[in-house]
Amino acid sequence: MANTINVDIVSAEGEIYSGRASMVFVPAAQGDIGIAPRHAPLLTTLKAGEVRVQTPDGEEHGFYVGGGALEIQPQRVTVLADTALRAADLDEAAVLAAKQRAEEALRERGSEVSLAEAQAELVRLAAQVKMLQRLRKTK
Amino acid sequence: MAGAKEIRTKIASIKSTQKITKAMEMVAASKMRKAQDRMRAARPYAEKIRNVIGHLRVANPDYRHPYLQERPVKAVGLIVISTDRGLCGALNVNVFKQALGAIKDYQAQGVGVELCLVGSKAVQFFRRLRLPISATVTHLGDRPHVTSFIGTVKVMLDAYAEGKIDRLLLVNAEFVNTMSQKPVARQLLPAEPVRSSELQDMWDYIYEPSAADLLEGLLTRYIESQVYQGAVENVACEMAARMVAMKSATDNAGKLIDELQLIYNKARQAAITKEISEIVGGAAAV
Repeated sequence: MANTINVDIVSAEGEIYSGRASMVFVPAAQGDIGIAPRHAPLLTTLKAGEVRVQTPDGEEHGFYVGGGALEIQPQRVTVLADTALRAADLDEAAVLAAKQRAEEALRERGSEVSLAEAQAELVRLAAQVKMLQRLRKTK
Repeated sequence: MAGAKEIRTKIASIKSTQKITKAMEMVAASKMRKAQDRMRAARPYAEKIRNVIGHLRVANPDYRHPYLQERPVKAVGLIVISTDRGLCGALNVNVFKQALGAIKDYQAQGVGVELCLVGSKAVQFFRRLRLPISATVTHLGDRPHVTSFIGTVKVMLDAYAEGKIDRLLLVNAEFVNTMSQKPVARQLLPAEPVRSSELQDMWDYIYEPSAADLLEGLLTRYIESQVYQGAVENVACEMAARMVAMKSATDNAGKLIDELQLIYNKARQAAITKEISEIVGGAAAV
């Protein structure tokens, strides 16, 4: 018990993960951080990327988050994601197709607003692709 | 025979009303299931973010965001969430009663009230009372989206930031179960502190990036998520209340039809008896 920390990952669409972990890795706004139990309280924003949860029995769970916020208390990590997916739910073909669409939209350069949207979308999708590639390597 | 025909048409009309209420009941039942799923899905996020903000209140930061500071209350803002359509029992009335109770309490203390209304029933109700209304959103449909609230929430947040209101409350119906929905008034701003045994004394967060930027975004997100949660919950309540109201309407229509049928039968029999006695009387006279 002493060397574990409670992890809750929630998104606006529902609870994604809740359980204990020995180590958690998150993509914080100013660089990835690793959280061990009894971490100092910290509050930060998240960028799109992968949250990895190492459970006490040595398993590792991957989750994709599309930005959000993170709260750390010594005994608890709360990830408030804007969108979140289990790694297993990511569909590589769909992600690549969406990435291509976003790139095309960026090239066509519509209005200012859609440009910003397309860029943000591209960042999220690039993070998903990166995560998928890493997953494939470890398999 | 007087009345028999009228009773017959009356029965027919009640029967067609009963068909409508039955259909509405079934539609509400199926919508309720979906609305309940959405409500359950949105709950964890709303609860977790409320906890985080509550922790912020008990932290001891160098920087205090205005949304987290108690200040003397001269005016309050109320966000009242209601349904867009009627025929859902006493749901809206209960929510309005709760809101009015709060308004009266504040007014008795000489505190001004500003309203922000969600749903056309609330707009209809509060417009008649001539209370100051600063923002309204209506016709959100059965699947309210977070983006629909951003504008209204902004109006209230700006009012709070400018000092026009010193407290922000959210009034909506909370889903307990299908049979019962409870109106609740919850304070959004300043955020209510959450105390927990897990927390140490005298601590503060490490903020990344700066506290000011971070809190601004996080607190706005917090209010939006709370209002969104309130709206989603209200939709689930609306469907449940409508289902129950329509079920009792259907049952009542059934009872009414039975009673009328009895009256009709009696009237018909009385007419027949009368006719027979007339014929018998006529035959005797001959």
